[in-house]
Amino acid sequence: MNVVSAPLWPDRLFDVFKRSDIRQVGYVPDAGHARLIERCRADAGIRDVVLTTEEEGVALAAGAWLGGMRAALLMQSSGLGNCINMLSLARSCRFPLLMVITMRGEWEEFNPWQEPMGSIVDPVLKLCEAEVYRARKPDEVEGLAERAVQHAFGDERIAALVLSQELIGRKVWTK
Amino acid sequence: MSLERRAAMAALLAGRDDDLLVVPGLGSTCWDLAAAGDNDRNFYLWGAMGGAAMIGLGLALAQPGKRVAVITGDGEMLMGLGALATIGIQQPQNLAVVVFDNGVYGETGMQASHTQSGVDLVAAARACGIGTCLDVRDEAGLADLAGRLKALAGPLFARVAIDPAEPPRVLPERDGVVLKQRFRAAIGL
Repeated sequence: MNVVSAPLWPDRLFDVFKRSDIRQVGYVPDAGHARLIERCRADAGIRDVVLTTEEEGVALAAGAWLGGMRAALLMQSSGLGNCINMLSLARSCRFPLLMVITMRGEWEEFNPWQEPMGSIVDPVLKLCEAEVYRARKPDEVEGLAERAVQHAFGDERIAALVLSQELIGRKVWTK
Repeated sequence: MSLERRAAMAALLAGRDDDLLVVPGLGSTCWDLAAAGDNDRNFYLWGAMGGAAMIGLGLALAQPGKRVAVITGDGEMLMGLGALATIGIQQPQNLAVVVFDNGVYGETGMQASHTQSGVDLVAAARACGIGTCLDVRDEAGLADLAGRLKALAGPLFARVAIDPAEPPRVLPERDGVVLKQRFRAAIGL
């Protein structure tokens, strides 16, 4: 994916991860999270765990917390659909779960197949008792990330930082 | 030849030390683990089907000084088969994934699982890059596996051939928050 200009918010998000002692980061490769994934992979203090499906990351984060370590789970909106039953693990046991979700299907979307899941992210998160922190502008990301971290690990709940597609930029389909 | 599940679980956990942390799958392996003797270092699952191996991975990475044994069923493993690929990439030195393979879904009425039709979990684990992959079919193999669980050195996968008979359920604590807190307290968190 080509973005119009390299945004700074992924680096601010990475700074929040480091300040919050996030030590495991699970992800399915995603263009919107590319910079953040790159930063996590390059950091010796963070174990990056590439997943085959996002629901693996919900279980990974639960295991990490059982062992005393904080984890984060990166995904795009379609990945949330893959997580739904596994989220019952976090809810039943009150495991802290920090999800960072890049949106597809809501703004300048070329691919109509992204719209069905993208359009139900917010209600699905609410049904799963996740607290939603929605960032629409770059300068909102860091503050909302701090609040999401506090809710996840302080309150031992599910916190979802949702990054609007407008933040991510337009996917370029022509070569 | 196949092994009786309660005896197999007891054999694997005989002489268990405090550095062994155990995560069963939901259903039969959870009851087997409870039957082998309750322990705060067990994290019983009553749900999260397909997630046991990944819980084990997160735990193993967080606690490199302890050994983690995921002991789950074939149906539970099949639902999260991708976890073997994820574990193969991570190469945790302290994680064992043991599958009690009875070829059926015991909790739902003994319907056939894929393994009964030839799906080979040992070959799948090997193909995913897990270095030690064992197919345990008898008492000697079980004793060998029990010994390996006492000193893990690299990721291990074992499929244990289990007799499809279902012994009476032994139900552990089912409050997830209680299970989480007692587990963490037991390892000093």
